[in-house]
Amino acid sequence: MDFLGIPLPVFMGQLLIGLINGAFYAVLSLGLALIFGLLNIVNFAHGALYMVGAFVAFLLLDYVGIGYWPALILSPLIVGAFGMVIERFLLRPIADLDHLYGLLLTFGLALLLEGIFRQVYGVSGETYAIPASLQGGFNLGFMFLPTYRAWVIVAAVIVCGATWFLIEQTRLGATMRAAVENADLVRAFGVNVPLLVTLTYGLGVGLAAFAGVLAAPIYSVNPLMGSNIIIVVFAIVVIGGLGSIKGAIASGFMLGLFEGLTRVFYPEASNIIIFVVMAVVLIVRPAGLFGKAA
Amino acid sequence: MKLMKTILMAGAATALATAANAQDGGGISNDAVKIGMILDMSGAYSALDGQGSVAAVEMAIEEMGGEVNGAPVELVSADHQNKADIGSNIAREWADQENVDLILGGANSGVGIALQEITSEKGVAYINNGAASNSLTNESCAPETGLHWTYDTDALSNGTAVAMVKEGNESWYFITADYTFGHNLQKTAENAVKENGGEVVGSVAAPFPTQDFSSFLLQAQGSGAQVIGLANAGTDTQNSVKQAQEFGIVQGGQKLASLLLFLTDVDALGLDAAQGLTLTTGFYWDQDEQAREWSAKFEEKTGSKPTMVQAGMYSSALQYLKAVEAAGTDDSKQVIAQLKTMPIEDAFARNGKVRADGLMEHDMFLAQVKTPDESEGKWDYYNIIRTIPGDQAFQSIEDGSCEAAKEMASGGEQSN
Repeated sequence: MDFLGIPLPVFMGQLLIGLINGAFYAVLSLGLALIFGLLNIVNFAHGALYMVGAFVAFLLLDYVGIGYWPALILSPLIVGAFGMVIERFLLRPIADLDHLYGLLLTFGLALLLEGIFRQVYGVSGETYAIPASLQGGFNLGFMFLPTYRAWVIVAAVIVCGATWFLIEQTRLGATMRAAVENADLVRAFGVNVPLLVTLTYGLGVGLAAFAGVLAAPIYSVNPLMGSNIIIVVFAIVVIGGLGSIKGAIASGFMLGLFEGLTRVFYPEASNIIIFVVMAVVLIVRPAGLFGKAA
Repeated sequence: MKLMKTILMAGAATALATAANAQDGGGISNDAVKIGMILDMSGAYSALDGQGSVAAVEMAIEEMGGEVNGAPVELVSADHQNKADIGSNIAREWADQENVDLILGGANSGVGIALQEITSEKGVAYINNGAASNSLTNESCAPETGLHWTYDTDALSNGTAVAMVKEGNESWYFITADYTFGHNLQKTAENAVKENGGEVVGSVAAPFPTQDFSSFLLQAQGSGAQVIGLANAGTDTQNSVKQAQEFGIVQGGQKLASLLLFLTDVDALGLDAAQGLTLTTGFYWDQDEQAREWSAKFEEKTGSKPTMVQAGMYSSALQYLKAVEAAGTDDSKQVIAQLKTMPIEDAFARNGKVRADGLMEHDMFLAQVKTPDESEGKWDYYNIIRTIPGDQAFQSIEDGSCEAAKEMASGGEQSN
């Protein structure tokens, strides 16, 4: 049985692969959207922090002997704390200046982090083994699905769902959103707004690190892994609607699928298809798919 | 005051005399032999090339005592960032203002071909070690100034692809890096497969660089080909090999052929993932005593064993300096002509000679990556299966398309 000239099993396989890549996009773009939506910072260091997340997992295993599962929690905590330090001491002093300064600062940070890891570890990358409990795979009939890839989808859905719930459905999330709308008023209610901002940035960065740990066993852990993915993730956030949590998650998965299909029908274009979609979306809906028009 | 003037004049006179001497006797321009390296110092190919290559050339200069015919040897290096325009600008500046006598080009065929054109136009000697594309000694050849040293796409295909087809792996599917190098490598490998009775059932061009190859691997799996040929390099190769294992492709009975695999790739992949891969290499640190000895020194200096590109850099710099010494000049055309008369033998090259078209023909090795059990430790990664003599590994001048070299050859015959 064929679908558009492609055997159906191959087609199904490609859809699934697209969804897996979409899971990475979703977690990364979620963090980025969170930071932009609540802090108004265009966090260009996001890709580098994703890379640092993967390296922390690698270092934990290599030097301390701490395995994958603890690293999945520890690495986001460590990198998230590092993110909070960045926010407190670097981003806060320039919070009142034009957005451009925040963008430049985080871009510089990204180059710095990448440079440090490149200097120490080179670019050929380090290996991180798939944890024993997630090795092997299932035969789905139309393809062999490695257990680890299935786990990536599950983990991404859980984390995205939990973050959405935190921001949209809890009191803490409501306070966060209120602080964006009117910081002075929220402060008048006795809420420590600067602390809230620092925590939010830490959360966004933690999400990047989480994606980094998820990626470590399937891609080689290397200093350039962040810069390879960050531009695509930015495009996804723009497509979803800048700052929209729901939009970031949905467009992450959707564009993963879209990219997967391009790899079958016209592979040469697979690294630009997301930008084509971005251009079209911006023409038709300038605020993005889920964004509110300004 | 008068005394001061006299001393100054005497000094100036001596300096002039020395300069004149150097021009008459040594023939070394600007009183120094200056080598410039243009290579990937920060990107996807910097691990197999980069700083290690600079260290290797430093070793060659030290071996010559830091000077040739009394003139000091100077070394500069720059990052081309895998962009042809950046590499070209550096080469122009070095040729026009810095009096660089030899440019050593590193990995990336796109940049490598651009440098060949500029050096040929400027009359600067040029030796490429990292670029694979065989067009450097075919349609883009510049036999009077430009040499291609370590390996090329023909040698890689004639090694790995031919060996695998002869073992009965006849149907092939290619995953190809979508730029000059990948297409070039796929084409030479396809020819090698077909000439030996195999068939090519399909191919897919993956953008460079790509992180996730699973989609392309599934297409290759779906093709039912016996061999999946990887016409890519560096981190692209690492990701494809690693993910092929994850998706059970090798366990499913298909074989992987990595057409270009470096020691650093195997190191990054680990033997668990890389074991059993067939590859072609121009150099392996453990190939013989001389190579082991030099590689040990290299490891002391850099902390790792050399890749074939790094060893090739050493060899080409050393032989160039020897040729300058023998020719008594650093004039690019005379030195290149001198190199073509010399047998090339050192820690890197076995049975080497520089051909009329600029190709340094030498023995290549067909190797297989060891299993974790076979390996005795870090860097002990290859079993050398056999030596491929230079004239079998590389394409002959007659089969190639370097017209200038063919004319030289036929012109030579007529005058005889």
